[in-house]
Amino acid sequence: MSAFAPVPCVSGVAAPLLRANVDTDTIIPSREIKGVGKTGLADGLFAGWRYLEPGSRTPDPDFILNDPAFAEAPILLAGENFGCGSSREHAVWALHEYGVRAVIAPSFAPIFRGNCVTNGIIPVVLDAAAIIAIVATGRPVTIDLLAQTVTSGDVSAAFIIDDEAKAMLAQGLDAIDLTQHHAAAIAAFHIADRTARPWIYLEATP
Amino acid sequence: MTNPHTLFAKLWDAHVIASLGTGEDLVAIDRVFLHERTGSVALRSLAASGRCVADPRRVFAVTDHIVDTLPGRTGTRVPGGAAFLEATREETRKAGIRLFDVEDPDQGIVHVISPELAIVLPGATLVCPDSHSCSQGALGALAWGIGSTEAEHAMATGTLRVSRPGTMRVTFSGQLGPGVTAKDMALALIATHGASGGKGHAIEFAGEAVAALDLEGRLTLCNMAAEFGAMTAFVAPDQIVFDYLKGRRYAPRGPAWNAALAAWRLLTTDPGAVFDREIVMDANTIAPMMSWGVSPQDSVPIDAPIPAPIPTSPDATSSARALDYMALAPGQRLLGTPIDAAFIGSCTNSRLADLRRVAAIVRGRHVASGITAIIIPGSSAVRRAAETEGLDRIFIDAGFDWRMSGCSLCFYAGGDGFAPGARVISSTNRNFEGRQGPGVRTHIASPETVAASALAGAIADPREWPPLPAPGDGKADDRVHESAAGMGTR
Repeated sequence: MSAFAPVPCVSGVAAPLLRANVDTDTIIPSREIKGVGKTGLADGLFAGWRYLEPGSRTPDPDFILNDPAFAEAPILLAGENFGCGSSREHAVWALHEYGVRAVIAPSFAPIFRGNCVTNGIIPVVLDAAAIIAIVATGRPVTIDLLAQTVTSGDVSAAFIIDDEAKAMLAQGLDAIDLTQHHAAAIAAFHIADRTARPWIYLEATP
Repeated sequence: MTNPHTLFAKLWDAHVIASLGTGEDLVAIDRVFLHERTGSVALRSLAASGRCVADPRRVFAVTDHIVDTLPGRTGTRVPGGAAFLEATREETRKAGIRLFDVEDPDQGIVHVISPELAIVLPGATLVCPDSHSCSQGALGALAWGIGSTEAEHAMATGTLRVSRPGTMRVTFSGQLGPGVTAKDMALALIATHGASGGKGHAIEFAGEAVAALDLEGRLTLCNMAAEFGAMTAFVAPDQIVFDYLKGRRYAPRGPAWNAALAAWRLLTTDPGAVFDREIVMDANTIAPMMSWGVSPQDSVPIDAPIPAPIPTSPDATSSARALDYMALAPGQRLLGTPIDAAFIGSCTNSRLADLRRVAAIVRGRHVASGITAIIIPGSSAVRRAAETEGLDRIFIDAGFDWRMSGCSLCFYAGGDGFAPGARVISSTNRNFEGRQGPGVRTHIASPETVAASALAGAIADPREWPPLPAPGDGKADDRVHESAAGMGTR
């Protein structure tokens, strides 16, 4: 079962949002999460920065995604520890629904990075100098996931991503399907563990 | 003799089902805990995919994040929030998952009730789609926060695919001074090593000052590991933990208790075991801490000046922006800065021990005029215990609003919030922009510091507010008068 459209490569405008520690409350404020689902979130993306007044929809002209040149950018260029804070996956769903397919940052908060991989956004780790060089080209950016490269104008950089994350993103694979191939090992673990740690296995839910 | 192992290695290796050959392990998950804000989404999505919960007896759910905390509550006042409660109720019922709902006597903040009910146990793996799940490592468990999609995976398979984190030991040597708490230890650590200082690591908190903490203090310390960027944190379980757990709802009983205890006593780091990173902090030198900016790393000892941004630092722009948001200037001291509101609550600092320490400070005193002061107990059980001890009377007499349990004003979800621009001193974990409402300026600190500041009407050092003598010894009234007079001269 495919959870999202595969992203073997992403090409397009890259919006620079280089502040460090951009947290998930900023990416999608809690007040903008209005439904029990993974959609209806793009409007609330970066709401606190994107709109002039809380709750309003009047664009703040100073915010990068309100600059017509960067509107609906499929790539974000970000600062250290992007996606820190709450585990809310809504941050990734909001980015995805808005059209973001890759975020390039010197580092990511780990839960956010995992959420990107399971939702079709490539988390690309590049050092800050490379990111500044990409911003300076002013050119569109191409991320080739299979080749693990980022190019923009005459700047080119390689990045590292683990094989499973790469496979999931490139093929739109669902992790549960992958894990169910290990069903026999899981069952064997439980048989042994039930003897070793019986108190872990609750019999009823009072 | 075998090689010495870290506690982390013992916890992790006991749960590895398979190595996936990609740097990730397939790890057995002993407990899943859900809350209505993210758990409802996971349950709906899992049901929509046609998958089942593998073992619903080991999955629990609670309504805490957006529930109303005013007395007489029935649900939520967050716009659109009812849908999350309804989805949580419907999906947990269908899946056979135990839900601690608004009116349940065991309802409360997930990281408060999980230890109270002994749902988390030493040596167990527990995941929850909530970043502060690491709190529960205080009981010697491996507990960490995940996303909703991973929660679906954990429920459907009883496992997660996880990269093995690095190991880090943070040793707090020495002893804390009076008025200094676990919260101050955490903020001192984060201020020294940065908000991503623990990134990619599982942290074992150790040392004399950690061993001396009560369970509540350890929960606070492990809670703040989320703000240190760590995957998780834990403390080796000891007699304090075992005594706490014995007889609680889901704890093993009889012979099973003795077997569990024997296994849990082995959950220590062997002498000579090597960690990937080691940090040592001197507890003797830690002062009450307070944040000045919009990240927990922007914290200073309460009597120290706010540092000036270093112009060449990559963080300089962020610091300048943070100071602008907080309406503060470099070099300024926080002490004496007028506040608008004080909030005591959250999974960080809302347990009975926290409330007892607050009560000791506010007993016989009153919140300064014009200050909104709110206390939210971490669970319904904490609320009942506090009321049995009469703490509620002390809080109410002092001018605090005493409410029902929940996450409440720790974050703004569109319901309760503080006024834009309000300066709020808060016992919570995050001082992000807008966290407690659009434009709200949050300073995080220990419950003691929040209490002292509420009384002073301005940021105050809890060491300057020693408890008054207990009522009935004839001196309390004089002391109230003295402290009120003292406020004017600060």
